Amino acid sequence: ADIISTVEFNHSGELLATGDKGGRVVIFQQEQENKSQSHSRGEYNVYSTFQSHEPEFDYLKSLEIEEKINKIRWLPQKNAAQFLLSTNDKTIKLWKISERDKRPEGYNLKEEDGRYRDPTTVTTLRVPVFRPMDLMVEASPRRIFANAHTYHINSISINSDYETYLSADDLRINLWHLEITDRSFNIVDIKPANMEELTEVITAAEFHPNSCSTFVYSSSKGTIRLCDMRASALCDRHSKLFEEPEDPSNRSFFSEIISSISDVKFSHSGRYMMTRDYLSVKIWDLNMENRPVETYQVHEYLRSKLCSLYENDCIFDKFECCWNGSDRQVEFLPLIVMTGSYNNFFRMFDRNTKRDITLEASRENNKPRTVLKPRKVCASGKRKKDEISVDSLDFNKKILHTAWHPKENIIAVATTNNLYIFQDKMN
Amino acid sequence: MFVRGLKRKCFDGEEDIEGTLAGIKAIPSYNLQRQSLLDMSLVKLQLCHMLVEPNLCRSVLIANTVRQIQEEMTQDGTWQMINTQSTGQASLDRLVSTDILCRSSRDQAEEKHGPAYGTFNKDFEGDQAQDSSETMSTVSAVQAPRNLQNNVWEMESPQENKGNFQKSLDQIFETLENKSPNTVEDLFSEVDNSYYDLDTMLTGMMSNTKMGHCDSLETFSSPTNTASNSNCKSDLNDLDHIVEILVES
Repeated sequence: ADIISTVEFNHSGELLATGDKGGRVVIFQQEQENKSQSHSRGEYNVYSTFQSHEPEFDYLKSLEIEEKINKIRWLPQKNAAQFLLSTNDKTIKLWKISERDKRPEGYNLKEEDGRYRDPTTVTTLRVPVFRPMDLMVEASPRRIFANAHTYHINSISINSDYETYLSADDLRINLWHLEITDRSFNIVDIKPANMEELTEVITAAEFHPNSCSTFVYSSSKGTIRLCDMRASALCDRHSKLFEEPEDPSNRSFFSEIISSISDVKFSHSGRYMMTRDYLSVKIWDLNMENRPVETYQVHEYLRSKLCSLYENDCIFDKFECCWNGSDRQVEFLPLIVMTGSYNNFFRMFDRNTKRDITLEASRENNKPRTVLKPRKVCASGKRKKDEISVDSLDFNKKILHTAWHPKENIIAVATTNNLYIFQDKMN
Repeated sequence: MFVRGLKRKCFDGEEDIEGTLAGIKAIPSYNLQRQSLLDMSLVKLQLCHMLVEPNLCRSVLIANTVRQIQEEMTQDGTWQMINTQSTGQASLDRLVSTDILCRSSRDQAEEKHGPAYGTFNKDFEGDQAQDSSETMSTVSAVQAPRNLQNNVWEMESPQENKGNFQKSLDQIFETLENKSPNTVEDLFSEVDNSYYDLDTMLTGMMSNTKMGHCDSLETFSSPTNTASNSNCKSDLNDLDHIVEILVES
């Protein structure tokens, strides 16, 4: 139940939320920067913990509904409180996280412990006043969006209008209004009339960061479809279809499985989008549908091991990817992309210099406050010193979830049970 | 094709390490590897039906892989039949293989998919004979997955789904229980060996996958006969629960 299943910074980067397999959400808060300690940014400490989802049982199908949190998405802050959406396989919840550091004292009809006073004993009247108290962080569910998904929800994405959001399961995408819980609009439906004909499912979906009528969804066949909600109520016909032709020299029985897209993320400007499939990260220009503009190999040395990875189900692992943060919108192109791999390795690709680096998130191999040592995997042949051979990689240690602070070079990397926060070296 | 490339690699490796004779025995044929992949995929599809609703994406991808193998085997199968008919010696082998298959079918009460699992018969050492026995099995193997595919994701009609699921499970039960435990063990141990040849990586993974196969055997054979693989460390509570649910439906 301690297995981390999602990681997400809020819009300011001050808060970092994680969801786990047990349905809990843990929020970390960055300490305010200490003027005297200018060599490091604030640390992240636990701010709030709450149980978001509970396990349920579907009596009709005799199946359990897992409480595992699949995704968390923050709303932009509008007032003192923070809001986030968290979802498991079937139900999305809007949570309000608020601070309480004062409480009223001096009621006329109530004692301090809450018991009601006998009105006849009241001889004078007084006005209650607020007195400071120890900070308390409360999380309360404000909306519950349920019963709209037959299949497992894999994505939620808040629209740039900050009023609506989409939720996507394997076969359908629904559009919700944040205030309305008893209704949602179905905007994509790829369920075939005859389920025996099913060959493709939706794997991820996201709204465009600037255009509130545009969204994309990716599929298990390696395609991305861009849809415009102004075109029709049901966006079954895409406006754009992004697909790279298959490389015939790499064809195998596993070609389709490794082409299945596990994550899709728009760049901050909305001009580009990034997709993650099993072996690579691809950057697409929204103006060019027939191939990506850049492709980065995450762990090409696994290509010859696909059969074993199929056997132990690792080939179905869904890795996420993320852009580096960007202070300036629109004009500034993100320069670095990050994604996870096995053996607690994660990779970063610098789009400008075309350099890449492999780092490891592990307590044994890295002391706190030391610079991470780059790692290298030896695919075949003679293994150099400090290199790790493919055969000794631990495939149970996978980094599926990573997040980048929206403004600073601080990253959050989740191994199976632990969360690591790294920052770049400041001089 | 992934297998051909790997076959060459395996051959090189084996020659260096073991004697030539041992090396030749260890090379799995492309058909054998493809059949292993098909069997493994079918097992994976069946194991999808656990306590929690199966991952639809995974099921679809596995089913597509099965379909792809089927199509290729159908094309190849036809090609193989034509090829073996042209040589006399080959036809003799085919007769022998038919005999073996018929022997196995005689043992079974209602045999439907027996030949599908008869390909790993140890009586055949020769490559060609093995090919022809596989040819005989491809037709029924093609039928098996199609039936199973129908049942994989009809989640919306639970009653019907349970009936179908139970039916397809019954077929698997029949097929497996009618073999002696040795044959079943051999079936999966053969698969394991062939994959050990395919890529000798991830020794940790290999032990895990062996456990995985053990798990599937436990699930299938527990209602019928006591499993011969008692050394599995699978979570018995989960398995009991699964069997309970299956039996109740």
